[in-house]
Amino acid sequence: MRIFNFEEQLIPLDEWVQTAVDWLVMNYREYFQIIKAPVQISLEALEWLFATLPPFVVILLFALAAWRFAGKRVTIFSILTFVLIGYLGLWEDTMTTLSMVICSVLFCAATGIPLGILAGRSKRFETFLRPFLDAMQTTPAFVYLVPVVMLFSIGTVSGILATIVFALPPIVRLTNLGIRQVHPELIEAATAFGATPWQVLRKVQIPLAMPSIMAGLNQTIMMALSMVVIAALIGAGGLGNPVVQGLNTLEIGLATIGGLSIVLLAMVLDRITQGIAQK
Amino acid sequence: MSNHVKISVRNLFKIFGPHPKNALRLLKQGLNKEEIFKKTETTVGVQDASFDIYTGEIFVIMGLSGSGKSTMVRMLNRLIEPTTGQVLIDGEDIVSMNNDQLVKMRREKMSMVFQSFALMPHMTVLQNAAFGLEMDGIDKPSREARALQALEQVGLESRAESMPSELSGGMQQRVGLARGLAVDPDILLMDEAFSALDPLIRTEMQDELLKLQSKAKRTIVFISHDLDEAMRIGDRIAIMEGGSVVQVGTPEEILQNPADDYVRAFFRGVDPTNILTAGDIAVDSQVTIIVTDGKSPRAALQRLIKNDRDYGYVIDSTRKFQGIVSTDSLRELIDRPEYPQEISNAYLPNIVPAHTNDSMQDILPEVASNPWPLPILDSAGGYLGAVSKNLFLRTLHRSESEEPDESIEMTV
Repeated sequence: MRIFNFEEQLIPLDEWVQTAVDWLVMNYREYFQIIKAPVQISLEALEWLFATLPPFVVILLFALAAWRFAGKRVTIFSILTFVLIGYLGLWEDTMTTLSMVICSVLFCAATGIPLGILAGRSKRFETFLRPFLDAMQTTPAFVYLVPVVMLFSIGTVSGILATIVFALPPIVRLTNLGIRQVHPELIEAATAFGATPWQVLRKVQIPLAMPSIMAGLNQTIMMALSMVVIAALIGAGGLGNPVVQGLNTLEIGLATIGGLSIVLLAMVLDRITQGIAQK
Repeated sequence: MSNHVKISVRNLFKIFGPHPKNALRLLKQGLNKEEIFKKTETTVGVQDASFDIYTGEIFVIMGLSGSGKSTMVRMLNRLIEPTTGQVLIDGEDIVSMNNDQLVKMRREKMSMVFQSFALMPHMTVLQNAAFGLEMDGIDKPSREARALQALEQVGLESRAESMPSELSGGMQQRVGLARGLAVDPDILLMDEAFSALDPLIRTEMQDELLKLQSKAKRTIVFISHDLDEAMRIGDRIAIMEGGSVVQVGTPEEILQNPADDYVRAFFRGVDPTNILTAGDIAVDSQVTIIVTDGKSPRAALQRLIKNDRDYGYVIDSTRKFQGIVSTDSLRELIDRPEYPQEISNAYLPNIVPAHTNDSMQDILPEVASNPWPLPILDSAGGYLGAVSKNLFLRTLHRSESEEPDESIEMTV
């Protein structure tokens, strides 16, 4: 006796999704283009900034940040990294990637920290949010690249949007965790002294959650960098380009220097932001 | 102490869990906590509590863990929402206050000291002490000046710039106390404030609190599971058991008349000679002889013999204590007619009356070394009664021997 007749009865979910995306593209494409605007403006500003600054100024800024937050070894390491990238001929791609990463991290922080705070204060909201975060982290990027391109067209901005989807969860999760880790008696004490919920948040919960929030920011930066190559597939510029180009034309050397630059840049950003988190 | 009521708790209930209304109905039908938990999965935290706390007193709420005392104190500032009932502070019901009124009341009238100290780890000692003032929107220079004053009161002004983690437990709780004092509250809620400290520091902090209290009378609600602490600092004590307030009274009242076996068990092992005073146990059952003109030694002797007593306590018409006579001393006087026949000539030598506030411990040597019951006088020198060896031993015996059933064995 057969209970499950998988061969003959199928749920046409794939067709439904197809229809829904087509319908969205047909009717609402211009609205999605409007959503793009803030990302586009921020990205252009950042790209202009990094393109205008002479390389030695950029190197100096990173060296100063490393010196201030992460110590001597990281300072030397970041100077060497940027000098090497320059001599590899990837300076412009690196600056584009930096703009993309900073831009997507800014948007991740701007939405992720408030979402994390809300989740930290409401069990119900956390339960609601969690499956979305799981989906954002585990859905293979290739699955949503096509609808993103259909709705937002090809280019660096679409790359950033895809990056935000992937890089947002850690900062939400770690902000949530940081808020929840604040000892209940501290909140009780603040409340007993007449703190409003807003004051409790601003004076107690956020300052105490800060190390955790910074760890989330660090993770978000790392995830954003890991999306650089995938973003290049939908026309985003930056260090993903030499990698994709190298793969397409079987130029192993080109792919390697692109990949190496991404890894070194990731290490510099990681050490500096970890240093900030620990201060 | 004035008997102006500062905090009045009226029929207060707290029921934790999903069905407070059902549980409340079942409670009114007379079911007990366990039955209600089985039926509704709700826990009765506090059950029909009613008592008054007077202005300027230290009111100790005492009970074992799970007795509801922490829930009770948190309902006094609504950190925990009462299920039903009233908490009147200066006549205003805080249970019916809206959020703004509640925040204002917390800022203006009360502060709290916590068992775990609950200092903000990201703030300096000074910022911690100024926390309540900061919440109230006081500007930085004046709130820091007031916080520094509060730190001075607890002797920590030199550590103002330290972080709490750099201080010992006792010092941290001094900061907690300074934070409570800085807002200059009418009411100080202290939730097991000294329980986490080691015994020596605890005693030191109790003394500190009593010293502060003697300077500025606040209404202090002190939660404790430690009977010695309650006895030491409490003007009055409320004893809680299973969410109910089973007895409220001064330490002496409760020690002498425990309301039930639970309370008695609490007090077992307490040395009554530390707590009870001469005035508490003195009984006016001795023969008193009022010296008036013409009262002869012979008449006094007659009275003693008639009452079958060996000693008589001589007082004047305003009950001022004069001396003690015995049947022997009176007979001796009567046998020597050459002496003036006045009672004062029959007084026993070396009588040292005790004062009503002397503890049982203080009077023990006098009671033990003399054959006569020790006379106890009030502060004006008036005769209150006397303490005999018998009475003294009976008091000791009563507090030690009336042990409850083994079924309510408890550790404090």
